[in-house]
Amino acid sequence: MKFAVLVFPGSNCDIDCYKAVEDTIGQSVDYVWHTATDLSAYDAILVPGGFSYGDYLRCGAIARFAPVMSEVVKAAEQGKFILGICNGFQILTEAGLLPGALRRNNGMKFICAQTQLEVVNNTSAFTGEYNKGEIIDIPIAHGEGNYYCDEETLAQLKKNNQIVFRYAGDTNPNGSIENIAGICNERGNVVGMMPHPERAVDEILGSADGKRMFTSILNAWREQHGAAVNG
Amino acid sequence: MKAKVYVTIKQNVLDPQGSAVQGALHSMGFDEVGKVRIGKFLELNLSTSDRTEAEARLTAMCEKLLANTVIEDYRFELEG
Repeated sequence: MKFAVLVFPGSNCDIDCYKAVEDTIGQSVDYVWHTATDLSAYDAILVPGGFSYGDYLRCGAIARFAPVMSEVVKAAEQGKFILGICNGFQILTEAGLLPGALRRNNGMKFICAQTQLEVVNNTSAFTGEYNKGEIIDIPIAHGEGNYYCDEETLAQLKKNNQIVFRYAGDTNPNGSIENIAGICNERGNVVGMMPHPERAVDEILGSADGKRMFTSILNAWREQHGAAVNG
Repeated sequence: MKAKVYVTIKQNVLDPQGSAVQGALHSMGFDEVGKVRIGKFLELNLSTSDRTEAEARLTAMCEKLLANTVIEDYRFELEG
């Protein structure tokens, strides 16, 4: 399985994503610069966190028009796995690949902290290795992770089981509606989340709960391609 | 031709920055202040003299890039 980690000017979680793929599932992974115009070689695309284009205008607003993004849209249409983390999530919403938008945290602060997430949807390609309702420990690091969508969109998200992660219990750190921390598209092949699973792939980092996102993607891909699935 | 573009958070969407400024103004004694909304102001110089065309192009710019219409409204004025 081949992974691409996109790199925009201002990305700063690209190395973490790259290492997470290497360390958790040992699959082939490349950095792909934002000017690339061909992603056909890749099975999964990671859109990492950071401050692409300095967050100028709005988070993700300018990155969304980078040449590589039209390839990401194409890959999404082909059903390839796309995971946007933090700024990556913001970019995917700006690009229209995921519904809604990320507003400034309601407490105005940039928050860098461990958070408890509830796995709401464990049928997605990204979360198959978790149990439904399981609480996992994944850090956040953002100033604009306050998810918003209108009521009609929210009803759609619920109806289609598109809410993937919620902040558990009463721990909502940013004011996002319905405690939403991560969502997927209707087809389930595009996921965006504010928390950073790539920063939680080993106990030495404080938690290894993010590791199963990567093993889930590999297993989903293997199932698609008729290869042996990891127990 | 010069364009002034105003981008604001939609009325029904919480504006945390506006709320923080409102709180600060109240604590300073400006009790008459109701809701505060913070937005963006952009000035664009356009190399066109065709007003109709400029309006159409500006609308496209706002819809595509300058505003995120999920959470923001926009309006613009043309001068010259």
